[in-house]
Amino acid sequence: MAERKPIEGITKERTEKLIEETLACMPEKAQKKRAPHLGPNDPSSSVCAVKSNRKVVPGVMSQRGCAYAGAKGVVWGPIRDMVHVSHGPVGCGVYSWGTRRNLMQGINGVTSFALDFTSDFQERDIVYGGDAKLEKLLDEANELFPLAKGFSVLSECPVGLIGDDINAVTKKKEAEYDKLVVPCNCEGFRGVSQSLGHHISNDSIRDHIIGRYEFAEEAGPYDVALIGDYNIGGDVWAAKPILEEIGLNVKSVWTGDGEVEKIAATHTVKLNLIHCYRSMNYMCKVMEEKWGIPWLEYNFFGPTKIEESLRAIGELFDDTIKANVEKVIAKYKPIMQAVLDEYKPRLEGKTAMLFVGGLRHRHTVGAYEDLGIEITGSGYEFAHQDDYDRTQPEMAKDTIIYDDVSEFELEKFVEEFKPDLIGSGIKEKYVFQKSGIPFRQMHSWDYSGPYHGYEGFEVFARDIDMAINSPTWKLVKSPF
Amino acid sequence: MSETALKKVTEYTPEEVEKVSNWINTEDYKEKNFAREALVINPAHACQPLGAQMVATSFEGSLPFVHGSQGCASYFRSTFSRHYREPAAATCDAMTEDGAVFGGQNNLFEGLENAYTLYKPKMMPVYTTCMPEVIGDDLTAFIKNAKQKGHIPEDLPVPYANTPSFNGTHIHGYDAMLKSILAYLTKGQKIEGKCTGKLNLIPGFDGNVGNIREYKRILDLFEIPYTVLADSSDVFDSGCDGHYELYSGGTKLEDAAESINGKATISMQKFSSVTTMKWIDENFSGVNEVMPMPFGVAKTDAFILKLSELFDKPVPEALKKERALAVDAMTDAHQYLHGKKFAVYGDPDYVIGIISFLLEMGARPWHVVISRGTKKVKKEIEAVLETSMYGEGCTVHVNKDLWHMRSLLMTDPVEGMIGDTHGKFAARDAKIPLFRIGFPIIDRVNLHRNPVVGYQGAITMLTMIANKFLDIKDETCEDQWFEMMR
Ligand code: SF4
Ligand code: SF4
Repeated sequence: MAERKPIEGITKERTEKLIEETLACMPEKAQKKRAPHLGPNDPSSSVCAVKSNRKVVPGVMSQRGCAYAGAKGVVWGPIRDMVHVSHGPVGCGVYSWGTRRNLMQGINGVTSFALDFTSDFQERDIVYGGDAKLEKLLDEANELFPLAKGFSVLSECPVGLIGDDINAVTKKKEAEYDKLVVPCNCEGFRGVSQSLGHHISNDSIRDHIIGRYEFAEEAGPYDVALIGDYNIGGDVWAAKPILEEIGLNVKSVWTGDGEVEKIAATHTVKLNLIHCYRSMNYMCKVMEEKWGIPWLEYNFFGPTKIEESLRAIGELFDDTIKANVEKVIAKYKPIMQAVLDEYKPRLEGKTAMLFVGGLRHRHTVGAYEDLGIEITGSGYEFAHQDDYDRTQPEMAKDTIIYDDVSEFELEKFVEEFKPDLIGSGIKEKYVFQKSGIPFRQMHSWDYSGPYHGYEGFEVFARDIDMAINSPTWKLVKSPF
Repeated sequence: MSETALKKVTEYTPEEVEKVSNWINTEDYKEKNFAREALVINPAHACQPLGAQMVATSFEGSLPFVHGSQGCASYFRSTFSRHYREPAAATCDAMTEDGAVFGGQNNLFEGLENAYTLYKPKMMPVYTTCMPEVIGDDLTAFIKNAKQKGHIPEDLPVPYANTPSFNGTHIHGYDAMLKSILAYLTKGQKIEGKCTGKLNLIPGFDGNVGNIREYKRILDLFEIPYTVLADSSDVFDSGCDGHYELYSGGTKLEDAAESINGKATISMQKFSSVTTMKWIDENFSGVNEVMPMPFGVAKTDAFILKLSELFDKPVPEALKKERALAVDAMTDAHQYLHGKKFAVYGDPDYVIGIISFLLEMGARPWHVVISRGTKKVKKEIEAVLETSMYGEGCTVHVNKDLWHMRSLLMTDPVEGMIGDTHGKFAARDAKIPLFRIGFPIIDRVNLHRNPVVGYQGAITMLTMIANKFLDIKDETCEDQWFEMMR
């Protein structure tokens, strides 16, 4: 890929000086810990120098969540036909109930379960253990939700501290119900971020789900699975039709609007297509090793990346699919051009800074660039080295990279680079809006969406234009 | 499930789905649902540290500090930001696996030092997540050591509260943190014989900044000097002028310190201030009163009369007029609410207030659900229902959740539901409107800015409810019943 052209005014010296000045405000120990996580981008190197996936520095106001959040919120919550039990005290389950926007079909409480199931631990459960309660509550759930295809038990902090054995309970109940009952030891104190929760959940799928079901119909040459699309704001519903349009047969989705039996039968597909690498690469690798299923990373943000991805997917199939790919690209080209004609003139030359989870920066850069917006700073909440290595080439030279950025640091960086837009999360949103800087939530699509696929780009373009060019920003400066 | 044979992926038949869809609306299902002993589904309460954060953030220059897991801290911040559409700064010492083994002292040291250096707070109230509560961290010693070792200045106020989530709910965390901060700030400030002449007003766990402003406005009309203890109004409702202030608003620390010499203290929420008011009774000089939240006319009257009595001041003319206006609105519109049945859920103090208002309108709070509460809570709510013939036949369910509520709605229908956003699924299934009063409201804008207390609050609630019923009528009636006037 050709290196991006440098962004005017962004130099190594400027970025380094900014980092230095920011670090200087911290106590020495914190400076030492934070320094490796910040740096100017170097697209020519294959290994990103910025370090990641380390412990949060206490007290700096990191934006990270916990392993439970990565498990419940990201991996399990979107599986629509299972009852997901937040096992422990009441809080974690309440805060993560309905707050990720992983939309699902079905009848709530009958065939899909966008509810908050919890054991709501009390003092006695901490003292005497919660296993007996867990058994009982699973029985109750099994009676009240007979069409649930399975149950997941997601441990919160206390469970791992009091010596409970949820695995023994789930094993027993699985035998009893003849349904999947899956343990996930994702206590929030494990690991350094949501990321370990993804990993632990992938392991639970490996150990308890995959390979236990098969599709009723015969396997076909075009069978694929969609991995790591969580249907935020309906993303899956915009992505899946494109794959079907090029002739592929999407047998299961992990896990947006997902169905657990289909997930369990995914070992029979021909190819895994992975969108969120960070949260699901583990299972792709498992399926590759165990069943020889190849996997391909793809990116459905913005027409440029969609076209690249479709062609890369086509390469793995026969001429029929390849021809379909070209047909689909040709069909959407004028539609996308109309979108660009409408919005690009108003957005060309603007800059944006991003800070989200573990994937979306490198994936959305292309969509912003399609609109003529340049990215001057970027970083992840819980990415690993391999994510940063994949990000470097997507960013211009000497733009600033910040891993697990604290509120203090991000404010400093924004103050210096003065972007026209910030794309990040709910905790950052109002801080920057108060400063008069347009902002879009990039975890939840700010209650909009979908952003994936052709359909999604139309919405994305409209939203970004609306954010940057809303007349409300003109009112911020008072005349008196 | 056998390990060898693969099962086939199956789809349920439409008949199977329909059968269960119908079943979950029946008496039989309700009975089974109410027999639940272990499983909680869709609770309408949150955990203690969330309440603690509400207090911790509501003092001038105060930076809330979570001792424990970072995930919880992120959840609290997100919850407040979603409800208020405002920043919600709070920091955390991010304990991880080694903290579980060795305790969280080192995390606390480092966290306090970093937070103090970067964010320069005037106070850092500390409260806990489940994790340090389970392993039994000794915060008294930890904080003392942090100061002795020079991680933070000796004189930086660092009050703390233990807020175990497996004991009580967010309102108890609110209570524990408030007591701790007041005890800390008023220490050594009591002067025998001194009286500041001021009223201390404790709003309680209230996600409506408009309510707090309404209290202040009423006190201003009376010309009563006051200190709101834990004043979230400007913290969680600040303007957009191109400049972000990390610390906006909040009770001044000097005012809080002086509160011990006040003339009187009124708590506007009984159940979220039990230990605080007990401590105040034992330590503050002035008179102390716990009032019900002033929802509706009678409870607002009681508040106004109490102020008049405590401060020996006549009721301001403006308030007399406001009362008359509220009563005028209520008599004018009574027909749209009279006899209507409602389901109400939420925190006990809110629920009691909402019920009183409904009864005043001749409406019936038919199903009342408190998802965590004591027998005392139940009794108190029942006592309110007994004050009116419109409370007859209404039932109070304590320690029941919003899935129980759904069964109630499907087997014994009502016309409207009042509570926070979490009730929207049940309301949709029951095809009735949800009137959003409570915390959190994460799917509508600006409701947290409109007061629902006081005479004005009564008009606000009445307008919201009556007009919604009229909208529904206009939207759903057959053509021949569609008419100009309503
Ligand atoms: S782990 Fe405990 S303190 Fe943290 S969110 Fe869950 S219930 Fe609340
Ligand atoms: S897109 Fe980002 S937030 Fe979403 S699952 Fe992937 S890493 Fe997480």
